[in-house]
Amino acid sequence: MNTSPSPVFEARDLQVVRGGSLILNVPSLVVSEGEILVLIGPNGAGKSTLLQTLSALAKPSRGEILFRGQKIGADIPVLQYRRRLAMVLQEPLLFDTTVYNNVASGLKIRGMKRDEIEPIVARALERFGIAHLRDRSARTLSGGEARRASIARAFATNPEVLLMDEPFSALDPIMRETLIEDLEHVLRETRTTTIFVTHDRMEALRLATRLGVMNTGEILQTGSSDEVMNRPVNEFVASLVGVETILQGKVIRKNSRTFFASVSGQEVQAIGAVGLGEQVSLCIRPENVTLSAIASGNLTSVTDTFPGTVEKITPVGHYRKVQLNCGFPLVAYVTNHSFSDLSLREGTEVLASFDEMAIHVIRKGPPVDP
Amino acid sequence: MDLIIEGIKKAFWLLVSFDPEVLGITFLSLKVSGTATLISLFIGISVGASVALTRFPGRRIVVSLINTGMALPPVVVGLFVTISLWRNGPLGFMGILYTPLAMIVAQAVIATPIVTGITLAAVQQLPAKLRLQILALGATRLQMLWILIKEAKLSLLAAVMAGFGGVISEVGASIMVGGNIKGYSRVLTTATVMETGRGNFDVAIALSIILLLLAYLINLVLTQVQQRERRR
Repeated sequence: MNTSPSPVFEARDLQVVRGGSLILNVPSLVVSEGEILVLIGPNGAGKSTLLQTLSALAKPSRGEILFRGQKIGADIPVLQYRRRLAMVLQEPLLFDTTVYNNVASGLKIRGMKRDEIEPIVARALERFGIAHLRDRSARTLSGGEARRASIARAFATNPEVLLMDEPFSALDPIMRETLIEDLEHVLRETRTTTIFVTHDRMEALRLATRLGVMNTGEILQTGSSDEVMNRPVNEFVASLVGVETILQGKVIRKNSRTFFASVSGQEVQAIGAVGLGEQVSLCIRPENVTLSAIASGNLTSVTDTFPGTVEKITPVGHYRKVQLNCGFPLVAYVTNHSFSDLSLREGTEVLASFDEMAIHVIRKGPPVDP
Repeated sequence: MDLIIEGIKKAFWLLVSFDPEVLGITFLSLKVSGTATLISLFIGISVGASVALTRFPGRRIVVSLINTGMALPPVVVGLFVTISLWRNGPLGFMGILYTPLAMIVAQAVIATPIVTGITLAAVQQLPAKLRLQILALGATRLQMLWILIKEAKLSLLAAVMAGFGGVISEVGASIMVGGNIKGYSRVLTTATVMETGRGNFDVAIALSIILLLLAYLINLVLTQVQQRERRR
């Protein structure tokens, strides 16, 4: 007996062409019940187009979308389908009326009676902490309050799927943080299937049960946050998920498990099944690079250790981002504590080390004759 | 100077004595211009919103025609409505020339482009994504149109004011298609023209004061509504 539920969304061969150019090209995308798929990518990656296509607000030039196994527009009428979803856009786009009427608007559109609407709206307002704003005009809300009202409006219709298009991108960090926290709470509680679009990596990692990376209309990779963060399929994904160092190298020696790649004249040891002479990209996350003082001697057991010079130091919250020149460029994150311990400044000579296990290898093509 | 003072005195007397003729003229003005404005709102808001929301070939030409229509000279409208309603004109069979109905038609023709143009601009000014949001909330196209019109309501009140203001103060078309018949198709503006021509400045002044007061009162009410909406 097959007990696995049919996916909520199943897109096949989806293409959107605008003005002669292909702006969305998704051969296949499956979204399962209860998952929070976060799509991350730069502006113009096609994230919004994908959301609009999935919500039947934009027509695909090719391909089809199945919602719980039913073809939208054929097996299930578009209007009926839209009424099972909710969408939150980047702007709150509230109507020029009270907060209550705004949150009630989706229900009114569905023809619900006034006394049925009342408790549902009250609950939605409560859930997003805006019950006290109920009778206020939407025009007088602050950015954060307006965002809350817009999300409450979406949740009021009890959607089977929630589509969110960069809903927090215009908010200041503190407001964003509390809103994400509340949204996370409600999503876990309601287990609403969600597709969330953002260009903010931290936001993505925070919410995602699955992460997808988009660029130029294509989904380059989907997987668990851990998978995408640590095993990006290409350099674009790597740089987008916060890999600061991507070294270009050529495999010069190898044994059963490890290999050595020549990078700007230095040898870097890494793990992976590669061919001799093959071009590889070595991705190293800055948090996996450790710095130690030259004077401490080369006591580290870590496989890859290189002397280097500090070229630039940038404060990043609780960390310092340290850019080094080890014959190749390398970026490390150093806690403020070890930063002062090592008394780092531009020009300081240090030892930089990273474990071979922490290098993600991207193969760049067929091996060249050794 | 005496002329003006005497005129104002007489005008005041006509007003406070509720002169039946003046009252009749006033009510007819309100009835004709009010009805014409209602008709123009019905047509203008539907057409304006539809043009604002759709893309079709030649749309720019349509928009520029509407904008030109906002400045349609009343005498030109009067001329064409007269020709149309003339005994052997295309609509002559209706037999409504020189009736208040003909005046309503002419005034509606004058006010409709004004209401259409303002509606068009108001709906176009709404954020483009708002339509997506409304559809995403599960609205039908008709529900979306209604919500958008409600969103543009402040500007639409301006359309009401401009439309009504345009026709209540208009004289050329009313005289041409209504004929300024005493007790039948005489309105405030046509009566003012006639009394001025006859040198009865007192009556003309009285009629003008009523005209101004009407325009002011109606705009006052609409402005109150508009500003209250804005503050909310």
